[in-house]
Amino acid sequence: MPKIQVTLLTGRSLGQGRAKEQGKLSELYLESVACCEVQHEDLQNIGLEYGNNIRVTSNHGSVVVKVVAPTQPLPRGVVFMPYSIWATQILGSDTEGTGMPTYKCIPCTVEPAIDEKIMSIEELTKKFPRKRSRS
Amino acid sequence: MSREIAILNGTVFDPTNRIFGERMDIFVKDGKIVGSASSKAQRIDASGKVVMPGGVDIHSHIAGSKVNSGRLLRPEDHRKDVEVKTPTTHSGVGYSIPSTYTTGYRYAKMGYTTVFEPATPPLKTRHTHEELDSTPIIDKGCFPLFGNNWFVMEYLRDGKVEECATYVAWMLKALKGYAIKIVDPGGVEVWGWGKFLRHLDEKVTHFNVTPREIIRGLCKVNRLLNLPHPIHVHTNNLGNPGNYTTTIETMDTVRDMANGSKPIVHITHVQFTGFSGSSWLNLGSGAPEIAEYVNKHGHVSVDLGQIIFGDTTTMTADGPFQYFLHMLTDNKWVNMDVEVETGSGIVPFQYKRSNYVNAIQWGIGLELALLIKDPWRVFMTTDHPNGGPFTYYPRVIAWLMSRKARERTLSKINRTARRRLTLPSIDREYTLEEIATITRAAPARSLGLKNKGHFGLGADADIAVYDINPSDMDVLRRKPAKLRRAFGQACYTIKNGAVVVRDGKILKSPFGRTFYVESQTKPEIESNLLRSIETRFRDYYTVGIENYQINESYLRYPAKVRCEAEI
Amino acid sequence: MGLEESTFRDVVCTVCGCCCDHLEVTVKEDTVVKVKNACAMSTSKLLNYMNERIMKPMIRRRGRLSGCSYRDAVDAAAKILLKSRSPLLYGWSLTSCEAVEVGVELAEEVGGFIDNTTSTCHGPTILGVHEIGESSSTLGEVRHRADLIIYWGCNPIHAHPLHMSRYTLLSKGRFRKSRSERTLIVVDVRRTDTAKMADMFIQVEPNKDYELISALRAAVRGDEIEQDEVGGVPTDLIEEVAEMLISCDFGALFFGLGLTMSPGKSENVDAALSLVRDLNSKTKFVIIPMRGHFNVNGANNVMTWMTGYPYAIDFTRGFPYYNPGETSAVDLLARGECDSALIVASDPVSNFPYKATCNLTSIPLITIDPHITPTVLCSDVVFPSALVGIETSGTVYRMDGVPLVARKLVEPPRNIRSDIEILRDILRRYRNLKRLGR
Ligand code: SF4
Ligand SMILES: [Zn+2]
Repeated sequence: MPKIQVTLLTGRSLGQGRAKEQGKLSELYLESVACCEVQHEDLQNIGLEYGNNIRVTSNHGSVVVKVVAPTQPLPRGVVFMPYSIWATQILGSDTEGTGMPTYKCIPCTVEPAIDEKIMSIEELTKKFPRKRSRS
Repeated sequence: MSREIAILNGTVFDPTNRIFGERMDIFVKDGKIVGSASSKAQRIDASGKVVMPGGVDIHSHIAGSKVNSGRLLRPEDHRKDVEVKTPTTHSGVGYSIPSTYTTGYRYAKMGYTTVFEPATPPLKTRHTHEELDSTPIIDKGCFPLFGNNWFVMEYLRDGKVEECATYVAWMLKALKGYAIKIVDPGGVEVWGWGKFLRHLDEKVTHFNVTPREIIRGLCKVNRLLNLPHPIHVHTNNLGNPGNYTTTIETMDTVRDMANGSKPIVHITHVQFTGFSGSSWLNLGSGAPEIAEYVNKHGHVSVDLGQIIFGDTTTMTADGPFQYFLHMLTDNKWVNMDVEVETGSGIVPFQYKRSNYVNAIQWGIGLELALLIKDPWRVFMTTDHPNGGPFTYYPRVIAWLMSRKARERTLSKINRTARRRLTLPSIDREYTLEEIATITRAAPARSLGLKNKGHFGLGADADIAVYDINPSDMDVLRRKPAKLRRAFGQACYTIKNGAVVVRDGKILKSPFGRTFYVESQTKPEIESNLLRSIETRFRDYYTVGIENYQINESYLRYPAKVRCEAEI
Repeated sequence: MGLEESTFRDVVCTVCGCCCDHLEVTVKEDTVVKVKNACAMSTSKLLNYMNERIMKPMIRRRGRLSGCSYRDAVDAAAKILLKSRSPLLYGWSLTSCEAVEVGVELAEEVGGFIDNTTSTCHGPTILGVHEIGESSSTLGEVRHRADLIIYWGCNPIHAHPLHMSRYTLLSKGRFRKSRSERTLIVVDVRRTDTAKMADMFIQVEPNKDYELISALRAAVRGDEIEQDEVGGVPTDLIEEVAEMLISCDFGALFFGLGLTMSPGKSENVDAALSLVRDLNSKTKFVIIPMRGHFNVNGANNVMTWMTGYPYAIDFTRGFPYYNPGETSAVDLLARGECDSALIVASDPVSNFPYKATCNLTSIPLITIDPHITPTVLCSDVVFPSALVGIETSGTVYRMDGVPLVARKLVEPPRNIRSDIEILRDILRRYRNLKRLGR
């Protein structure tokens, strides 16, 4: 399996900003945030095309999203995901005493996941642990 | 709960009504002073105690964007002084920049019931009101800054004093402000370019107007609008050796406008602009010269800006001065320039007894208080928190009342400073009635608050009872610690007819009112003005005129003070 | 607010920290029908705010959220708070200052933690300010005076779309009339759309901001830089930039999450604050953080005046205690220290790292929000709320601290209350229950 080492940035994007206001369960929101921008040559290295699914993996987790073309040029080896519940699946909770988790410059790998499914918001929220006691 | 209170047998100091330490009763009904009370009144035995009107602080930075930036800047200041939640009080933090609740409680505990925030950037005055409304117990108000305002400078450059007055009247109404504050006139605009302005007659870059013209113009405006308080001036050159001459020049520049015996200019925290000498090495006290001027001229009043040795947070609208202080101390520094209007700066600071300059500063404040003869024209302040936190007022009172207290501190300050100060040779000790004057009666009169600072019938029932037996004054003067304790913890503080403090503990904390001024100019003049500024407003500001104005309903308890404009 | 079409002018936008106040919004039959002067984000919000609204309070019963009466929801929320020893009250940047005030009172009353979204956006900026201070100004100062503008690690074209036209590069000021009188430098790890507008784009290697700023500080001081390049930027270029910084009349540095979210965090910000401070001995220079949510600055301000601290406040000891990294939301959750949570106008389930979120979803969770969000889906008690600046009014603070009132334009849907009302009711119910000793 081809796999590349990358640096992940997460951030705001105009698409995410606009789609968020449409509603987080909307198709548009899923389209604009359950994705990862990868630079063209990097993508060729793992033999994929835009629109395929990829798996992004960090020390803290792993998530399947769609690979899309950068809306703003990226340097080689740097990938970008909009803020969302998909991106946070692979973020660490350590803040190094600052209160701030690391949302940028995270070492990750990217690999093809053509046949895997992107989880929906409902599926992702179900993935979280259930409560010990409920009222 | 009875709405009546009878304070019996206290020794009453009410200088406004020429009551100087008489044994008498004070009656309260529905928040006002009345002539008698029914048998249902709550009785407070004040025998062997001093009864004074609630304290009035004319100049204390307690609310608004600069105060809050100071809080944000200094978590280390809060950690050393916390207030735990109790059944009657909210928690908070204190020391030099207390949180809003703590500010209200601490003033009330000292018997203070009215406090004015003396520097609000107009564009951020909504913030100031939010904090004032979050400060319990005390009545309050705020002074918007005008001394570097583009509209003002342009009107005065063009000699349009009446238009300027109309504009100022509109601003005070729009902002719910109380008086005209001037800080380093012209100097803060120039600081917008990182430059400094040094003389009263130096032109403000791009505006072709001088500090002198701004001060004179706004003094005229103040009179045209008949505002209750004179222009409140923080002079140019603050913090520079030799600046006492700027202070005297500033006072003198409006002398020809004097109007009977009523002050027309208030010079604030005059200690900070009372330096003689030409450098930090030969710095001296300009207090004798300033006091002499004040003694000879009825058109001025001053407040002290007394310094307290120890750690505090300096914060003024005087951006260039704060930068200078940052360079001097290398302490952390906040600067906030506000478009079209003003600026501000914040620097933590420590006044040290052993430091020559600080010791001189300490002496200047006290010399001024002791050398100015008329207590009606010198008010007690520390320019909180610039000279020190307001919680140190009891210490200042002790210095003023007790030569012994002064000597004790004098013996510990820098030796060279002690030699050069006049202070050691001054014998005067303030009497209780003089203290009552400089801490309540006089500031209330200067603010034009007719129902504050005295016990006349119909006055607001804001009252402080202190555990001081006037017949023991000689003993107390020798035991200043007792004096300090007595003024630090009122036996009772009554605010608006309700007992809010007993034995230094908060019983309840209702919210006070916010005073603001409305000087109505002729409607057609006002609407002409509005038309002319509306077009410029979006060009000058990044907000619209609609969003700039503050409705009366925005304030919790607005209290409008009306005056008649002459235009 | 009837059937007639009416237009509100000077409307304050409640999306990003620019708090633009020049919107024109046309309303008919309590619906927004037209929006003028706004950016795409803002228009999208104003036209779509009715999408995915929650219409009823909900309580989780047998694993499923189902509708309930408002009273029952208030009661359930108060009981959760009463039962817990260290609840976390989180969110606060998409609501009004007035609501935050009630929130702080509630946090104090229940003896819990209160934190706002600052801890996951500009928290490091505030930590930097504690150390260094900041030389700053309102945005109007930049508009009137700035001849040099820097965007560092931020992308206003996407995140603050009208920032440039209203306040910086493209705005018309008293002393700077047009684009040609200003220079724009953009520093970023990628060539963003903002970078495309720059006179000079500096591409810094990921995670090398601190090194680059330090090199710039050295160059500004006139020190020799020994390396040939720093963070992927040639030394010649660094020296050229330093010269530009020194020789401008009024410079303004805006920075964003590119500095606060990368490793180094507050050290990056410390360096930037120090650079600007140093520059003031040579010229005039200000620095302004690009605050994201429309009232995150207001949340900081309210918390600061009430408690002394801007976020991450711990009331469990009966007085405000502050230690970000310990008392901030992600840390508290990651350590599993909270035994319930109240979320106001925020979606931590989407925004917090996975492990912190796992702990959040495993404690009793109360959420107040206008919209269905992943956090709502994970909650035990849900209150639908009115949108500030559309359905209810309130004070908000622009990124530079200018306070504005975001007005009510339309009626909220039936039976939907403001955050303030909901919080007050929870507080009242809590106090009653406590008095009754339940
Ligand atoms: S830039 Fe920000 S505040 Fe201005 S309209 Fe767009 S979203 Fe609203
Ligand atoms: Zn002052």
